[in-house]
Amino acid sequence: MTSPGFIERFKTGLWYENPGLVQLLGLCPLLAVTSSFVNGLGLGIATLAVLMASNGLVSATRRWIQAEIRIPIYVLIIASLVTCIELIFKAWFPALDRSLGIFIPLIVTNCAIVARAEVFASRNPIGSSITDGFVMGSGFALLLMAIGAFRELLGQGSLFARMDMLLGGEPVRGLVLTDGGWLPAILPPGAFFSLALAIAAKNAIDRRQHEKRQRAMPGRARRVTR
Amino acid sequence: MNTALFRSGITLAVIAAVCTALVALTYRLTAEQIVANEQAWLERSLQPALAGLFYTSGVTESKIIIPPPHELPGSEAAIVYRVYAESDPVAALFVVSARDGYAGPIRILVGIDTMGVVTGVDVLEHQETPGLGDQVESSRSGWVRQFNGRSLLDPEPTGWAIKGDGGQFDQLTGASVTPRAIIKAIKETLLYFDAHSEDIFADVDPVANKEETEQ
Repeated sequence: MTSPGFIERFKTGLWYENPGLVQLLGLCPLLAVTSSFVNGLGLGIATLAVLMASNGLVSATRRWIQAEIRIPIYVLIIASLVTCIELIFKAWFPALDRSLGIFIPLIVTNCAIVARAEVFASRNPIGSSITDGFVMGSGFALLLMAIGAFRELLGQGSLFARMDMLLGGEPVRGLVLTDGGWLPAILPPGAFFSLALAIAAKNAIDRRQHEKRQRAMPGRARRVTR
Repeated sequence: MNTALFRSGITLAVIAAVCTALVALTYRLTAEQIVANEQAWLERSLQPALAGLFYTSGVTESKIIIPPPHELPGSEAAIVYRVYAESDPVAALFVVSARDGYAGPIRILVGIDTMGVVTGVDVLEHQETPGLGDQVESSRSGWVRQFNGRSLLDPEPTGWAIKGDGGQFDQLTGASVTPRAIIKAIKETLLYFDAHSEDIFADVDPVANKEETEQ
């Protein structure tokens, strides 16, 4: 069996097996922080970094880890990495750290990370595992950004506001389209609605592509996704 | 002896040691920057009440903590930063909590000069409804600036309310609970300052002083 190319794996992480959209993992931070684009981007970057590092470390130590104690070791590795990321955010992105608050330490509880350690990194070489962390983390981060942008646009009528929290400098208001917006979008129910819309949109696109493919080559249906 | 168990224990110990070392190293590399960030954040958050004052540096070192029970707004300890020019008191910056907000305490900064005039107000922390109550944030509207230069003489204490309640201050569209809570807290802080300004600027630490009298 040949390992699939990077592009193919990237598509898997971003689309076919997106941790948030398809596997529905890590929904707590996903729903909680996506009230704006910058928050989604910040948590996305933090999660991506932790996922890549944890996949790398789990893969590097996989030969010495006995099956019975693998879960405590994953927890140990992930918790240490999250603590490091939290310190780094506090040092270099203090405003973003304030804005994300408890959700940085809570990356520990993002089951997408332990799931990738268990399913992928514990059985594959380091390079491949880091790539897996990158594609899965990117899929999660892009979903966070998309939902963040959508809710910010709808709820506050702006886009990319407060990017200074990530880039430094004076507070910026971003692209202001309207003054104020539809409030429920940035309240908790808006998070559920937005995620539901994103999942529905993905399913609709998948179905349309599937039908198109079937029409093109009758009798030879390929990948069917939910 | 159970060698499998022994091996597991060793593995766990080694990985725990490596992880701890990683965290310790990161901590060492970031600790200085984190302390500097927190100090900078504190100084920046006090700035709205310091603008236009003449003072000699070191505001954050002149902090006193007034533990509850006190007559200031909020049930938790209040923080006061005293501002001096050389050894003359200039102003006191109160960090207190308005209790009657829509969702949880609203942490506010109230600067009052020695004449009892408000030097600046800012909302530091709150959980008010996004889009409604959060309009009190200085980054979202100029609402908090209307208190600059006001005192208990301007308006009289009865005028310290939103216009809808017969007072002299603007409210916000769609939100009256949050402004009402903040105005009440500012007024209570002004009343407290009026009664205790000498204690606040006295060099004796009022906390220590209070404990002594209680014993």
